[in-house]
Amino acid sequence: MSKKILPLVLGAAMGVAATTAAGATTLEDVKAKGFIQCGVSQGLPGFSNPDAQGNWTGLDVDLCRAMAAAVFGDASAVKFTPLSAKERFTALQSGEVDVLSRNTTWTMSRDTQLGLNFAGVNYYDGQGFMVRKDLGVTSALELSGASVCTNTGTTTELNVADFFRANNMPYEIVAFEKADEVVGAYDAGRCDVYTTDASGLYAQRLKLTNPGDHIVLSEIISKEPLGPVVRQGDDEWFNVAKWTLNAMINAEELGVTSANVDEMKSSDNPSVKRLLGTEGAFGEAIGLSNDWAYNIVKNVGNYEESFNANVGPDTPLGISRGVNALWNKGGFMYAPPVR
Amino acid sequence: MSVMEQDSAGAPARASLMNDPKARGIFYQLVLVVAVVALGYFIVSNTITNLERQNIASGWSFLENTAGFGTNQSLVPYSETSSYGRALYVGFLNTLLVAAIGVFFATLIGFIVGIARLSNNWVINRLAYCYVELVRNIPLLLQIFFWYFAVLRSIPGKREKWSIFDTFHLNIGGLRLPKPVWEIGSEWMGYALILGIIASFFVTRWARKRQEDTGQQFPVFWSGVGLIVGVPVITYFVTGMPMTLEHPNFVESGPILRQGFELNVGINVIPEFLALTAALSIYTASFIAEIVRAGIQAVSHGQTEAAHALGLRNGPTLRLVIIPQAMRVIIPPLTSQYLNLTKNSSLAVAIAYPDLVSMGGTVLNQTGQAIEIIGIWMAVYLSLSLITSAFMNWYNQRMALVER
Repeated sequence: MSKKILPLVLGAAMGVAATTAAGATTLEDVKAKGFIQCGVSQGLPGFSNPDAQGNWTGLDVDLCRAMAAAVFGDASAVKFTPLSAKERFTALQSGEVDVLSRNTTWTMSRDTQLGLNFAGVNYYDGQGFMVRKDLGVTSALELSGASVCTNTGTTTELNVADFFRANNMPYEIVAFEKADEVVGAYDAGRCDVYTTDASGLYAQRLKLTNPGDHIVLSEIISKEPLGPVVRQGDDEWFNVAKWTLNAMINAEELGVTSANVDEMKSSDNPSVKRLLGTEGAFGEAIGLSNDWAYNIVKNVGNYEESFNANVGPDTPLGISRGVNALWNKGGFMYAPPVR
Repeated sequence: MSVMEQDSAGAPARASLMNDPKARGIFYQLVLVVAVVALGYFIVSNTITNLERQNIASGWSFLENTAGFGTNQSLVPYSETSSYGRALYVGFLNTLLVAAIGVFFATLIGFIVGIARLSNNWVINRLAYCYVELVRNIPLLLQIFFWYFAVLRSIPGKREKWSIFDTFHLNIGGLRLPKPVWEIGSEWMGYALILGIIASFFVTRWARKRQEDTGQQFPVFWSGVGLIVGVPVITYFVTGMPMTLEHPNFVESGPILRQGFELNVGINVIPEFLALTAALSIYTASFIAEIVRAGIQAVSHGQTEAAHALGLRNGPTLRLVIIPQAMRVIIPPLTSQYLNLTKNSSLAVAIAYPDLVSMGGTVLNQTGQAIEIIGIWMAVYLSLSLITSAFMNWYNQRMALVER
């Protein structure tokens, strides 16, 4: 346990002091040390997951790599810190990580009471339920009396309580600290239902003994806008995080990909020119070089490329774009223009 | 010491304070105290300033806000609409429960294995030896996972069960027991129980006095059992059986999800609790066994020979001569093991047992008030440990050698 508590205490008490001592802004700190310290999950396929060689991949990981590309022109200038749901905010508050990109739901209390700012939404998620096919359940409203496995210390735990209470259904909650134990207990048959964000259900299903024996119910019981988080009161760094995400979405909208970004540099489209820094000085305005967005797309790719490579239909997760499509293609993804 | 005093007091003109060892001692101690206080003040004030600067909420008012999350075990009424303070209280009681039951079983198993280690029977001796060496050399967290995941997979699923006497049922959802339902008039059984305990206390005293006076023995144990169990049972029948049992309800038809044991009927001991208690008691018992063995071996073998010479058999020798003397060696390290067990119970968080750390962690995450929650955690474990130690010290003093 001390392994868990120690960083929290030190983070809360001493680390807070450390950030003051440094005095500089996060962007200056990051430039001085030469890399971005990025808080990620302890392993969620598609979002942030280490492969056999220990390289982190995923949608959330790509966002951190994109920020590194924007700041240093080098997508590998990132170090990752795996954090549990419980540790994540303290780690960010105390300065242990520079940005938290860990499938974290944007809620009002987190935005206003924790001294944090959400820099946007990189995945619109919602909470769902997974059950064994042989239960014959087709709707979440048939789950009365079920035992439900989930992660502790997340909005998930609150949503499931609200859902069962609102529908007047008794239930038993079994809440674990780490996702791997949730999967283990659900797989062993301790619970009838596994609930978390729908994307997480698809990801964790891959870890079950027989993924084909389980279905994700169609009901979505909550809004879970997931996005990167930074400390409040450091607007310069907040801008870097916000516009890195916006650049990836704008690049997709303008058809700029990692493959064609060099040709696109000579494009006549003024929007593309402003994005890639051949016109105007938008990069300098956020404390970066003017080719910041070029570096992002060149090194990491646009939002579509990142989505398809990590969670899209051709990956084991097989998630379709759905609400995460661009605004002009029927989804919610909408970035303010670069101008 | 006296030499030093003579030096400073006996000097004709008082030497400079600088050279007075007593004054220098006090000075250095003062400096140390000031430094510690200043460091503490620096850390606290710095933390407060930084929390304010970063707009992080602080204070204790969050304890009254609605928690909004549920739990699978609470000894007091608790629902999603209860407050965060209540959630922490539920976690605290769950910690106490697992610690108390863990201590009980660890002591029981520990004493049995410890004595078995000294047995002349080769098989018993070796078995106890293997138990100790196997269990105490595997990390506790792994043992908790073993009991939870390995055992969980080997017991029947939710739609099946193992039953004993058709009263106790075990499946992956937990151990189901009948729940006593207290009706009007059942309070007399409570009074009868208290009466039985008081009566057996006096019988014990009387029996001891009689044995000291006349040397005649009285079956204290069985009369005590008779009083404590018998009196309430007689009361139960006399008052017209005011207590009934609510048996767990096993549903065998209908939708598959509804099959198996119905929620909230009878008592359900959740598997997380079973696994944690098993792991904690078995792990701690291996250390207690060694302490007990060491304690018994610390008593000179002459005591055993003397007792045998007086005509005591092996059982009474152990019970009346060896163990009381061994207790003096056993109790101090035993206290440490009790404290360890209580603190180790915080590993519960790994297997979803809602103890103080688990519930507190959820509260921490919902409110973001890390410093307050960690403060509560530390204060609670510290007080629990201090209370346990105070009790064991008191017990140790009672058991200590009284010199006459």
